[in-house]
Amino acid sequence: MSILIDKNTRVITQGITGKTGAFHTRLCRDYANGKACFVAGVNPSKAGGNFEGIPIYGTVREAKQQTGATVSVIYVPPPFAASAIDEAVDADLDLVICITEGVPVRDMVATRSRMRGKKTLLVGPNCPGVITPDEIKIGIMPGHIHKKGRIGVVSRSGTLTYEAVGQLMDLGLGQSTCVGIGGDPVNGLKHVDVMRLFNDDPETDAVIMVGEIGGDDEETCARWVKAYMKKPVVGFIAGVTAPPGKRMGHAGAIISGGKGTANEKLAVMEECGIKVTRNPAEMATLLKSVL
Amino acid sequence: MNVHEYQGKEILRKFGVATPRGVPCFSVADADSAARQLGGKVWVVKAQIHAGGRGKGGGVKVAKSLQEVHDFASKILGMTLVTHQTGPEGRVVKRLLVEEGADIRKELYVGMVVDRSTQRVTLMASSEGGMEIEEVAARHPEKIHKVAIDPQVGLTDAQADDIARKIGVPEPSIAQARKFMHGLYGAFVECDASLAEINPLIITGTGDVLALDAKLNFDSNALFRHPEIVAMRDLDEEDPAEVEASKFDLSYISLNGNIGCLVNGAGLAMATMDVIKLFGAEPANFLDVGGGATTEKVTEAFKLMLKNPAVKGILVNIFGGIMRCDTIAEGVIAAAKEVKLSVPLVVRMRGTNEELGRKALKESGLPIISADNMADAAKKIVAAVSGKQGRPS
Repeated sequence: MSILIDKNTRVITQGITGKTGAFHTRLCRDYANGKACFVAGVNPSKAGGNFEGIPIYGTVREAKQQTGATVSVIYVPPPFAASAIDEAVDADLDLVICITEGVPVRDMVATRSRMRGKKTLLVGPNCPGVITPDEIKIGIMPGHIHKKGRIGVVSRSGTLTYEAVGQLMDLGLGQSTCVGIGGDPVNGLKHVDVMRLFNDDPETDAVIMVGEIGGDDEETCARWVKAYMKKPVVGFIAGVTAPPGKRMGHAGAIISGGKGTANEKLAVMEECGIKVTRNPAEMATLLKSVL
Repeated sequence: MNVHEYQGKEILRKFGVATPRGVPCFSVADADSAARQLGGKVWVVKAQIHAGGRGKGGGVKVAKSLQEVHDFASKILGMTLVTHQTGPEGRVVKRLLVEEGADIRKELYVGMVVDRSTQRVTLMASSEGGMEIEEVAARHPEKIHKVAIDPQVGLTDAQADDIARKIGVPEPSIAQARKFMHGLYGAFVECDASLAEINPLIITGTGDVLALDAKLNFDSNALFRHPEIVAMRDLDEEDPAEVEASKFDLSYISLNGNIGCLVNGAGLAMATMDVIKLFGAEPANFLDVGGGATTEKVTEAFKLMLKNPAVKGILVNIFGGIMRCDTIAEGVIAAAKEVKLSVPLVVRMRGTNEELGRKALKESGLPIISADNMADAAKKIVAAVSGKQGRPS
């Protein structure tokens, strides 16, 4: 097992013909079972054609009907990304992973509101995607730095997730699934949602949780961990040195009104029994110490 | 993106939010004629900078004659205004807003933000106008009233009236307050605002509901659909280094330390700053070169960091994923040569082709210090800058 995706997942790529979509579709297709997994693309103006052998359909619904795919990945440009999510939700997919960075918050507020009561899960936007190593990767993370194993990784950041994975690999620890939930203030799955999935996954033994300044998702997750988590969790929060009121790259990484500081988050995580480190080079050694 | 108070009020008026009449001024002569044009007996001369706390800093004055308008305008224009939000260096005032004086009977607070947990626009209001909302939240949380707005329905009359009553809007002014809040919500959504604060909202002697101040921030991801708001950008209010960085699609923020950092990815960039601090030094900047770091981008990033005279050393931390380490190394070497680098440079590279990257750095003949991991890199740059061994603090 694993969470969210595995080798049997069938994926539709929305924005398969764009520069980013084409580039990453090739890498995803060439990773592990990618050839069998990436079964369809969507582009209304190129319906009936194909992308290097992957058939292109006019709509997500049609792609789903024709191929049985239940997951989509989105690379379309920011002005159209939220409506691409809407289309996938309306087609009742199980999971949508939106890679696109720079989606207007207002669009996401409307999309998240439309998603209430629907079954579709959303990862992102502005995220690296999800990978179940040696089975399938959906997104822009480098596949070769990962290896199958029993550690779960959940993070708001892209390269900091790779950093955590790189450190795990140095210690010989593979990963069950790595989920990049993205750096936007209004998004899909939060730390706590992914943590629940890891808790229920028999193939995950422990979790690294990587957070950053802004919002209170990490605190919410920490409280849930204290109450329900059966597996060890370690954490790191980026941004101890970030000044208030400044957006640190990610739209969601901002300390506002004195809330969302790294120290506050670290304190709550510690109170909730999560081992934390203030040294980002020690994420994996800390995890190994709790196994 | 931020705008000035007078620009925020212009936007709000278009959506039916009432404000005092006022005129933006760029000179004392402008202020003189603005006061004459507005008429009346009382005027308010307000410094226009992108920071709060202007009144306490001496940037807002009530004038009771045309001469006083003239005197205050002369004094405020060109002054360096220091408030709790400007930092100790303050901000030079280059624009004024001259407004008609208002007969204030009640000062209230109304704000809007996108709430991350409900994922909706939230209207916040308080009877404690004029105070900072964070202060009210800390001292009198019971005096802050909130309502999450369903984007598919919008702000309802019932919600608006309920909030208005809770913060003490007198009954005869409820209809005006309702119109005010609808206007504010309309402006917030239509203009893709990320924050709106009306502090204070006032009730006048005649029962009118006016925005006495206006602070609006906009979602930079949505500016592509608002050229009229982009036109309001005032580069004088922004850090020149940050403006320069944005031209090259670099995400840069100036900080107070002496170690420049160049990193790919926002989270890793913050973590790199943190690890520098952990080993006893302070970062000079946040700098995310993004996913597609080209030689040109890396060179510009080096130039930008080195424009800061405080920078005594540079730490490059790259996790090469799709981007290969050897490509990054070439960029670093080219940049170091072009800027004739004279401060210590520590490079830590991880990921695709890291061996090739390290080899290129070694063979470049440049005095680049290589590091194995983030902690090692931080230790080495701190040691190089301070001339001693860095230790975890």
